[in-house]
Amino acid sequence: METILSLKNLDKKYGKVHAVNNLSFDIQKGNVYGILGPNGSGKSTTLGIILNVVNRTAGEFSWFDGKLSTHEALKKVGAIIERPNFYPYMTATQNLSLICKIKGTSTDKIDEKLKVVNLYERRNSKFRTYSLGMKQRLAIASALLNDPEILILDEPTNGLDPQGIHEIRQIIKKIAANGTTILLASHLLDEVEKVCSHVVVIRKGIKLYSGRVDEMTASNGLFELKVDKNEDNLLKLLKNHEAILNVTKDHETIIATLRNSISATEMNSFLFEKGFVLSHLVKRKPSLEQQFLDLTKNN
Amino acid sequence: MLRLLTIEFHKLRFNKASKILSIIYFGLLTSIALIAAIKFEFGDFKLHLADAGIFNFPYIWHFNTYIAAILKFFLLLVIVSMMSNEYSYKTLKQNLIDGLSKKEFILSKFYTVIAFAAISTVFVFVVSLVLGLFYSDYNEFAIIVSDLEYLVAFFIKLVGFFSFGLFLGILVKRSAFAVGAMFVWLIIENMFRGFLFWKFNENEKTSNIVDNFMQFLPLESMTNLIKEPFSRLGAVRSAANTMGESFTKTYSVDFSTVAIVSFWTFLFIFLSYKLLLKRDL
Repeated sequence: METILSLKNLDKKYGKVHAVNNLSFDIQKGNVYGILGPNGSGKSTTLGIILNVVNRTAGEFSWFDGKLSTHEALKKVGAIIERPNFYPYMTATQNLSLICKIKGTSTDKIDEKLKVVNLYERRNSKFRTYSLGMKQRLAIASALLNDPEILILDEPTNGLDPQGIHEIRQIIKKIAANGTTILLASHLLDEVEKVCSHVVVIRKGIKLYSGRVDEMTASNGLFELKVDKNEDNLLKLLKNHEAILNVTKDHETIIATLRNSISATEMNSFLFEKGFVLSHLVKRKPSLEQQFLDLTKNN
Repeated sequence: MLRLLTIEFHKLRFNKASKILSIIYFGLLTSIALIAAIKFEFGDFKLHLADAGIFNFPYIWHFNTYIAAILKFFLLLVIVSMMSNEYSYKTLKQNLIDGLSKKEFILSKFYTVIAFAAISTVFVFVVSLVLGLFYSDYNEFAIIVSDLEYLVAFFIKLVGFFSFGLFLGILVKRSAFAVGAMFVWLIIENMFRGFLFWKFNENEKTSNIVDNFMQFLPLESMTNLIKEPFSRLGAVRSAANTMGESFTKTYSVDFSTVAIVSFWTFLFIFLSYKLLLKRDL
């Protein structure tokens, strides 16, 4: 598999603050990565370093196996960090054609990309007249101009209203479906959960996990159960079952975390034999939020 | 190089303030020609500047470059704001992310400075040539092309001055403060001059010693490139002679001054680059 970006022992100190601490991970072509971490965990600093706007204190990173210098590589990258930055006195089209000049690509795709983000109608309005959502969409259009090998998004839905968040997510999903490699930094877990196949979890600049989303915690999943009557006996029975690690109650729902793998069919028939008729039974993986909390708690 | 120039030109082209200032600047450069129309009449005393010999070749090269250099402040505003705007709009960050290297960024600004200075020089050359051909008493080719070094000095002076503006724009990131900083620096140079006068006032040739030190400072060296042309004018001279004053000043462009200004230009651009390299954006 082709490595697009590789970080080795990256370090960044702002005075006494250790923003990025010995961070290493690789980005492979075709995957959708999420960088997860609470606010101030070093996500943006890491992206700033690989995007040539923040100087690293130590360590190395290389784009495309080191075949290109950083600024040459960035011409094949599309990136949005934090707030969209454009020239307020230029229109959308003028701003985008400036970016084409910097990236050294043709200006043919400007209209096409403006249509992707629904800004085509407003292409001749000055940037300063745009709402935040429109600015963010223009930023996405600019990042797509060169049909990038990798799209880097830092908190792309920050500060947007639900409508704007929804629009941006739809666009990201569309792009991911095309097979573009994406690196998405966010503290919004459901955002990452919905689109990412891999995650890198950082806290206080230290990497806690990097790998597939579903392998983040060694878990056999959990059952959600509901029963109309005789609940106390069901709880007792579940607690004594050998495949079940522990049982908790969340409002009306009983949550049974598994020690060993057991299918929903087996569980259902076992309980039926014991005389319990369930009104609700779901087997699922723990949510990313749960995994994330477990991970940050343990470390 | 052309790529970097077109990038920078694209940024300036749509900026209304920069466009207006540039138009005013080049308009004023052209209007140097209006000096020809200046006539004073105080009873018997008549002064018509065009007839007083200020448009004679080769003196016109000296006179016009000196006057034109005063107008450089208009372009300074354009240069400083094109630098500091990148900070206030945060587009510098975006430019780097889009794949411009920090070196290219500085170079694109420096090339623009050179382009502005070159266009100004050509402008002054054409305006002076036309004026001279109209009003000069001497129109021999050899005389017309003599003393053209004032145009070279003019070019170097503008490049040096704008590079200083560029550096201050990067250093303080706000256009108003950058222009203010240049003004403060001018005051500092003059305070230093005062200090030198005080320090060496026992000495016989005080002003010579002071000048020897002062010539190395950036703004002073830029001023020295083109010395004031008024006392060189024939009419002024003869008037002074009758009053018993005589001038022994040289007006030519010194190579050493050119070297000093070129050194400052290099230093300003180099320091701008180093500053940008060091900063986290």
